This record gives sequence, C-alpha cells and structure tokens, in this order.
Amino acid sequence: MKFSESWLRTLVDPKLTSEELSHLLTMAGLEVEDLSPVAPPFNQVVVAQVLEVVKHPDADRLNVCQVDIGHGVVQQIVCGAPNVAAGLKVPCALPGAELPGDFKIKIAKVRGIESSGMLCSAKELGIAEEAAGLLVLPADAPVGQSIRHYLELDDHVFEIKLTPNRADCLSLQGIAREVGAITGSSTCLPLIGEVLPTTTERRTVLLDAPEACPLYCGRVIQGVDAKAVTPEWLRRRLERSGIRSISALVDITNYVMLELGQPLHVFDNAKLDGAVHARLARPDEQLLLLNAQTVAVDRDILLISDDVKALAMAGIMGGEESAVTLETTELFLESAFFAPKAIAGRARRHGFSSDASHRFERGVDFGSTRRAIERATQLIVDLCGGQVGPVVQAQADLPSRPAVRLRTARAEKVLGLTLGSKRIAELFTGLDLAFEQQGDDFLVTPPSWRFDMEIEEDLIEEIARLYGYDNIPSQAPQGRLAMMRQPEAQRPVYRIRQMLADRGYQEVVNFAFVETDWEADFAGKTTENDLIRLANPIASQMAVMRSTLFGGLIANLVTNLKRKQNRVRLFEVGRTFHRDTGDQALAGFRQPWRLAGLAFGGALPESWGSGARKVDFYDLKGEIEALLAPAILRFEACSHPALHPGRAACILLDGREIGCLGELHPEWMQKYELTAAPLLFELELEALKAAVVPAYIEVSRFPAVVRDLAVVVDRDLTLQALFDGLKEGLPPLVKDLQLFDVYAGKGVPENKKSLALRIVMQDTQRTLLDSEVDAAVQQLIANLEQQFSAQLRA
Amino acid sequence: MDNLDQIVSEAQAAFAALSDPDALEQAKARFLGKSGQITELLKGLGKLPPEEKKTAGAAINVAKNAVEAALNGRREAIRQAALAARLAEEALDVTLPGRAEARGGLHPVTRTLERIESLFASIGFEVADGPEIEEDFHNFTALNTPEDHPARSMHDTFYLQNPNGTLADKVLLRTHTSPIQARYMQAHVAKYGQLEKMPEIRIIAPGRVYRVDSDATHSPMFHQVEGLWVGENVSFADLKGVIADFLKSFFETDALTVRFRPSFFPFTEPSAEIDVAFMSGSLKGRWLEIAGCGMVHPNVLKIAGIDPEKYVGFAFGFGPDRLTMLRYGVNDLRLFFEGDLRFLRQFA
Repeated sequence: MKFSESWLRTLVDPKLTSEELSHLLTMAGLEVEDLSPVAPPFNQVVVAQVLEVVKHPDADRLNVCQVDIGHGVVQQIVCGAPNVAAGLKVPCALPGAELPGDFKIKIAKVRGIESSGMLCSAKELGIAEEAAGLLVLPADAPVGQSIRHYLELDDHVFEIKLTPNRADCLSLQGIAREVGAITGSSTCLPLIGEVLPTTTERRTVLLDAPEACPLYCGRVIQGVDAKAVTPEWLRRRLERSGIRSISALVDITNYVMLELGQPLHVFDNAKLDGAVHARLARPDEQLLLLNAQTVAVDRDILLISDDVKALAMAGIMGGEESAVTLETTELFLESAFFAPKAIAGRARRHGFSSDASHRFERGVDFGSTRRAIERATQLIVDLCGGQVGPVVQAQADLPSRPAVRLRTARAEKVLGLTLGSKRIAELFTGLDLAFEQQGDDFLVTPPSWRFDMEIEEDLIEEIARLYGYDNIPSQAPQGRLAMMRQPEAQRPVYRIRQMLADRGYQEVVNFAFVETDWEADFAGKTTENDLIRLANPIASQMAVMRSTLFGGLIANLVTNLKRKQNRVRLFEVGRTFHRDTGDQALAGFRQPWRLAGLAFGGALPESWGSGARKVDFYDLKGEIEALLAPAILRFEACSHPALHPGRAACILLDGREIGCLGELHPEWMQKYELTAAPLLFELELEALKAAVVPAYIEVSRFPAVVRDLAVVVDRDLTLQALFDGLKEGLPPLVKDLQLFDVYAGKGVPENKKSLALRIVMQDTQRTLLDSEVDAAVQQLIANLEQQFSAQLRA
Repeated sequence: MDNLDQIVSEAQAAFAALSDPDALEQAKARFLGKSGQITELLKGLGKLPPEEKKTAGAAINVAKNAVEAALNGRREAIRQAALAARLAEEALDVTLPGRAEARGGLHPVTRTLERIESLFASIGFEVADGPEIEEDFHNFTALNTPEDHPARSMHDTFYLQNPNGTLADKVLLRTHTSPIQARYMQAHVAKYGQLEKMPEIRIIAPGRVYRVDSDATHSPMFHQVEGLWVGENVSFADLKGVIADFLKSFFETDALTVRFRPSFFPFTEPSAEIDVAFMSGSLKGRWLEIAGCGMVHPNVLKIAGIDPEKYVGFAFGFGPDRLTMLRYGVNDLRLFFEGDLRFLRQFA
C-alpha cells in the first residue's frame, strides 16, 4: 500500500515527523518498506509566465525570454528548451536558487546576453527521470507562487507492506484510523452525504448467490461527460499512490478505493440488458476481461451479469464488453461487498491479480459500501456532470460479528505482563472497538472493517500491538530442570562429520532436486514409477528428487576441477528420497538420511615428501572402516549403476547392507567429462550413528605366540571367502588371523597368488606349549589345503 | 730412562698424526703390540738385577700408561669426529612442510546449526527431525493455514507428480520446518496425553526447506530452524527473553539490539518479526530481519490435541543461512550451495 503523506495528514495529523510516523507504523505492524520524498530538496523556484521569446543573436538553439516571475517583476532569461513559447507557465529558478545535484543559479551571461535565472524541466527539479523540455504548468497556475507549494512537493510517499490480516489498512481511511489509535490523535474522516437522485432511472439488482455477494449497491448516472479532465489534485494523489491516471471515471473509482478501501466498478449502462445479477458462473461460460484475456470461468467464480450475458468477474475484473469508454454517457456504478471466500485465489488461478481482488479476498469494510457509492457519485457529478438515479441496494446476510470475550488474566498470562482491565479498556477505546465490560472480562464486537477478530488471541494481539511489543518485558523463562538424555550408544552426527573433516573431506550441501539423468545414471532409476518427480520444478535440471547423493558430488567435482582444484575430497549428509509403500513417517516415501563421500586425485596432498600415488579403492575402504570402527564390516563385490562393476562393493554390518563404495563407472567418466574416475561411497547415516558402549574383556597376562605362514591359492579366491572358511574349526587358541602380504608373479604359478598370513595365539590362563602351537598351525594348514587346495609356500 | 720419555712422545706424535681408526690400531702395535717398543722393554725387565727391576718396571709402566692414555684419547677423538660427521650428514631441513592429510571442514551452515543446537541444548531444547517430502496436512492444515492461502499455490510451493503424470496435490516439499512442530506435538500427546500434566515440549527443529523462488537472495532450497516451547506458563515476555539471549550468545556480543515488531503468520498469534541491529561493524545501525515468531495459535494446539486453555506455547523460526552470512560476512546466499572448495575451505 502506497500513499502520500500529505493526503493522510488531511485525515489525521499527529505532531510527528515523517520518520517518527514511519517508525510508529512499523512498530504497530504496518511495516514501512519505503519512505521517500516526492521531490529532492531545492529552493527559490516559482511559477513564472513566459511573456516574450526572441532568438538569441549568437546561438541557434537558444532563446532570450522575458519572464514574469510574479509581483510585477519581469526578468530576462536565456533558455535552450525546445518547447519554450510565449504565454506558457513554467517553473523558474531565481538567481540564488539551489537545484538538485548541487546546482546553483546565478546571474550570468550566456553567449553575451545576461540571464537572470533558469526555466526548468521536471528532470531539473528532480521530479521525473526524463524530460523533453520545460515542465508546462496549467494556465491557472498562480505566477510567483513557490513551485514546491504549487505542486505540493513537500510531501513523502509511504510504502507499507501489509500482512494479509490487515486489509482494513488498504485505504487512507484505514491507515488514518490506525494512526489515530497508536498516536491518540483525532481523525477527521471524509464526511460523505447522500447524493439526492435527480432521475428515477434504475436497474433491479438480484443477489442470486447471497453468500458470495450479500450486499450490492448500484445506481444509474446519465448524461455524463466521460472525457472530462481529471483535476490535478486527484491525479497527484493517485500517482503518489502508484496508480496511473486513465480517465476521469476510472480515476474516480480508483480514488474512492484508495480513500475508503472499497473497490468500485462502472459499467456502460447502455450496454446492459435488464436486471443486474450477482451469480455464480454457469458451465462453459466465458468472459473477455478488461486485460484482453478471455477466461473460461469455473463454476465457483462469482460473476456480475445482466439478464443476457456475463459482465464482469465480480470483485476481480470487469469485462471488456460493458466497459466504459470516453464515448460513454450513461453509467451503472457498482459498490458491493463480495465475501473473501468467494474471491480468494480466483484471480491467481487465472494468472493475474487486481487491486480489487487483492482487497476483496482479504476483506472489505461492508460498513463503507454505501458511503463509497455516494462518495463516487458526488465526485462524478462534480467532475463529469450527469443526472443521478436512486441507489438500488440489495442485501442478504452480512458477515456476522459475534462478540469475542477477552479475559484480562488470560491476556496478562499470554503476554507475561500486568496490564489491568482499565488499561485494556483504554486500548480498545483507542481502536474504536465496541465493547461491553463484565468484571475483568470484555465482550468486544469486531467492527465491519476488521476480518481478523474472531477469537480471544486476536484481541490479545491487538492489545500487545497497541501496548507496544517494545514495552513488553524481555525475561529469562522459568522451566523445570531435567537432564537431557544423551545415549552413549549413539554418536552425534556432528562427530561423524567432524571425523570426515579431520580426514580431509570438505562438507557440501547440494540441492535435493536433481537432473532426471542423474537418477538414471547413478541410481538406475529410469521409469516414472521409480522416480519422484516435481510437478512444478523451477528448472528441468531440478526436476526429480534424488535417491542418491552421488550426482551432486560428481557435479561438485566437475566444478572444482574447472577451478583447478586437482585433489578433491567431498562429503554430504542429506536425505534421499525413495518411493516405498512400507511403514514411513510419510506414507509412500522413504526418506533416509545418508552420508556420501567422493575422493579424487592424489592419495595424499601433493608434497615433496609423499609419492604421487592416486587414491584408490582401498584408501576409501580404509576411511569407511575407520569411520565405523570398532564395528566389523563385510565388503562384498556388487553391481551398482554408478560404479565400475569390478571395483564396487556393498558394505554389510551385522548382515545388513548399509551402503556401498567403488570407483565411478568408466562410462560416466566420459559423459561427465572426467579424466579419471573418482571414488565414491554412500552410507546409511543411521548405521553410522550407532556406537558401542564398551564392555571389558580380560587381558591375558601370558605372552602371545605369533606364527607367519604363506600359502598359494587360486587367484580369484577372495580373502573374505578364505577367512570365512577358516572360521569353521578354528582352534580356540587362535585369537587373531591377519593378512600381511599378497603376491602374484614370478615364483607363483599362473592364476595363483600367495597370501602371507599372521596367526596370533594366546591363552588367558597359561603360557602356550610349543606342541599346542604347532598342532594349531598344522590344523590351519590342513584346513587351508582341504578347503582351498592351498599349498604351503616354501 | 730418557729412552722411555722419547718412546712416549714418539707414540703421542704418531697417534696424533692419525685420523683413521685402522691406522691407529696399527700404530698401537708399534708400541704396545707383541713386539712393540714398550712390550720389548717389559720383556727386557727379566734380565735386569732384582734391585733395578722394581724401579725400571715402575718407570716402564708409567710410560705404558701414558701411551695407552694417548691411544685412548686419540680413539675417543676419532670417534667423536666420526659422530659429528654423521650427525652433520643426518641433519634435516626442519623448515620443509610436514607430511599430513589435508584438513577438510564442515559446511558453514553446519557450523551455525551445530552452534544453534548446542546453545538451545544448554536451556533444555531437544533436536527434532521430520520428513522433507511432507503432506499438505502437516505443512499447512495442522498449522492453521487456510485452504486458499497463497502459500499453498504452486507458485510458492513445490508439489510432487504422480507416476502417471497427474498432480499429487497433497504431497509437497515442506516449505518450512514448522511441520516438525506439528508432528512432534502429536507424538507428544500420544505419549503423555493421558497424564494429568504433560511434560513441557522444548524442541528445535533444523532442516532443509523448499520454496519456488530463485534469485540473488533466494534459493529454492534453504535452511530453517524451528523452535517450540509449550508449557503451562510460557509467555510472550519469555519468548522475547529467549530470542534476545540466543542472538547475543550466537553473535557473542551484547552490542546488538533486538526488536520485535507485530506481524502475521497463520500458526502464531500474537506474531512478531524479529529485527536485529548491531552497534558496530559494517552493518552498524541497520535493522536486519532475522526471524519470525509468536505465541502458538490455539488452533495449532487444538489440532495437535493440546488444550490451549491449559497449555501455552511460543514458536520461532530462524534462517540459519542468513545467520551464517551475518556471522561470517558472506554476502551471497548462493555460495552455500555451489560446492566451491575455495569458498568452503575458509570455514575449515
């Protein structure tokens, strides 16, 4: 809501500067977004009349003018404006004047001719961005008067950001009322009398949808001059409210809407047939609107129609066919109350909004409907003339305004302060609220202009607002103390993040909606049944919800490589999204948190002291084992759409799959323009959060015996298979079995490899005998031979 | 006995001239070896008369000790020299860089969230979480948002599409973290509703939220932290106290002013916008909009099954992205979501 301060001050004039008023409004919930002067500072500019224009003898484009600057003084002024002409009234800066841009006017010689001042354009006065020539003033402008006074330039424009509950402040009247309440100044709202009919011409009004339109006032005005010129004062007020002047009739309706908050509409009465109806749209009805858009209106749209055709989308926009033009001579003027529910969302549905719909969907004061039609009638008669018919008012049940109870104690409890009912009564009185006091309770009847006073809290809010949020104390709360549970068997996610950061990984945050391709490439999701697609993505590359964090990390890698970051370690913690009919917080969608990481480039940062080895599968595997330690993980070769089929593993914890790791599939390397394959992993965050509460196991006081042995086995035997096989029938004194070398090549037959194993044996109760140790090792060897045809290597 | 002194000085000179350990041992043989000069003299003692034997023997021993001392002295000197040479050889350039994994770091917004969570934990706020694909009910209806509210439109809210291409108009990406509030209250009532007095609810709910908005100051995905305190004696004055305490603790300064200004949200009443102004720094004196808050709307409590006559609550919602920008001086929101290591590493 934009308006001029000087207009407001004709209704309420508190003893406050513009800035003070602005602050008060903001603190009362009418946030002033912008407060700017109508014109920059300048002085000594007056209305002047050009009496004579003579060509400058020494300059083609200059004229020497004799100018009446008032009080019978005529000055000679050299002027270069193309539109200067004798008889014009224009602004004139006198010698000594200071214009915007630090421009001082002095008596000077221009090409040898003395010039005592300057004739000004709107741009030179700082009131327009561009100007083609002098600012031409109306013929009746009083010569000699200060231009600031004449054009009311000592004014400010307020721009207020209103919350949707405060539609009552979408008018000067409403803002004046509010200023009155918060400052205690008296308001002087426009006195509006009835305009007595001069004809009996009328149209019947029928409320066919009384819930949507419970009040409609209409009147016929004939013999109107639609070409009348809008007076300067009215045009100025409109323009300072951000509304362009169009024609006298349209300007008047806009003016009354700004003044009283009541949107009005004028129809060309000659184009109407029969009665005027407020009714819901019929099936397949269409309407050509004033904005040149033809809309097929839904059945829940309220229309104004005559007996034959639809005329307007009620409270939203008029129709082209019945619109007034400059040729119009008779009008049908409408002032109505349309229920917010009947208007809300309808304009938006068709992709536009209007000043009228903005107001009606939030609630228009049905107490001003009749006043508004009288006000507009008076202005029309004054400006455009005409014979006025009687107001036809059709009325059904207006919104009820049941009294709302406010308990003083409740208000004090919610706000946390002591007020007393006397103070509350004062605040309500300031707001013009009708109330009845019952002890410490108030029964408040909401006024017709407020649509946000239905429950006690609404009144508590009003009290807080007027009392001043600033004046409510700020206090440390009191609560019962209880310790918060901090399960030791759970690691905070921050710790996991920190572990990764300490290991060289940088956290990123990527969008949860990704390219459709990424889901296919990195998650193998290609059908609509698998994908979770947005109905209204902001861009096609943000169309589907991610089911893996890989895509974002790979995109981050690409970006960073372009920026010459050659060694990249990244991780993200975020939700992934999957269609799933299982039992979920939200039926149909599983949304597990995951942690994913990416490693690319050197195994260690490039340095004089470390080799240039590239990071590989086993580096990443080590990271994952460290992250989850002391849990024992199993890794099984697996196939994953994102990963190299021979270099991918799924990760199992206690037999449950908790994630995967591997090298990016070579095919995607090419597609995503990577010169080498990054390593990737993704883990269920839930599994990472689990920790173990330690339980003591007795430490043996007897020495451990360590034996190493090397065996030759088939090359494609996995270590896990070997360990799993040995587990069965493992001698009890073997406490640990480790692999410490893998060798294939010279000395080992083709398709075979040599594994060097370290066997740790120990007993908690006694020192082991050599014979026991030998027997255990022999048993292991026998197992190896039997299960894996292993041969002991010499 | 002049001969003895001569032998000693001869030995001393011979040893001193040598710096090679092997040569030294060979030189030793000339004096102390089987047929060395001293050894020969000692052998000759037997031929002397007994009265001379004693004095001559003592004199030879003195000379022998002197030669041995010279030898040992020289041996030690050679050893020291060798050690010094080895140590010099082994010396490192201690200024070469250390060998280590590079440091990674947390995302700046993660830093902020962790600080927010820990500040609120210190006054008993637990962390709550909820789904990001949310239903219309928890995101809007349970929060007292009218059916035709503009926020529900596809202009503002991301909706999902069914596999058959139709609009899933009840399933959306949450537009704020407030649905976590609604879910938490319901769960709380399910757990404690039968008690005469329910325990207080004190939670904060951080998370990613989504809105159809993308420009220099808006990201279609951003973060929010929702806070909620519901109890029998919770007031607007407490809300003001908690928020002011939080902002001063978060920015680690008392040199800031907090102001509460009336506003409107469907799920709180009275509602306020929170502005903060710093008393120093580049933003000195400007009011910065930083959060929305208010007393929980009775309809929201009722929908969750909480009696608004008995329990009162306040709720607030901060933008951790904005807090991070103010805290660390970041001037472009989009940097948070671009994954540029040159930016992110500054927060390691």
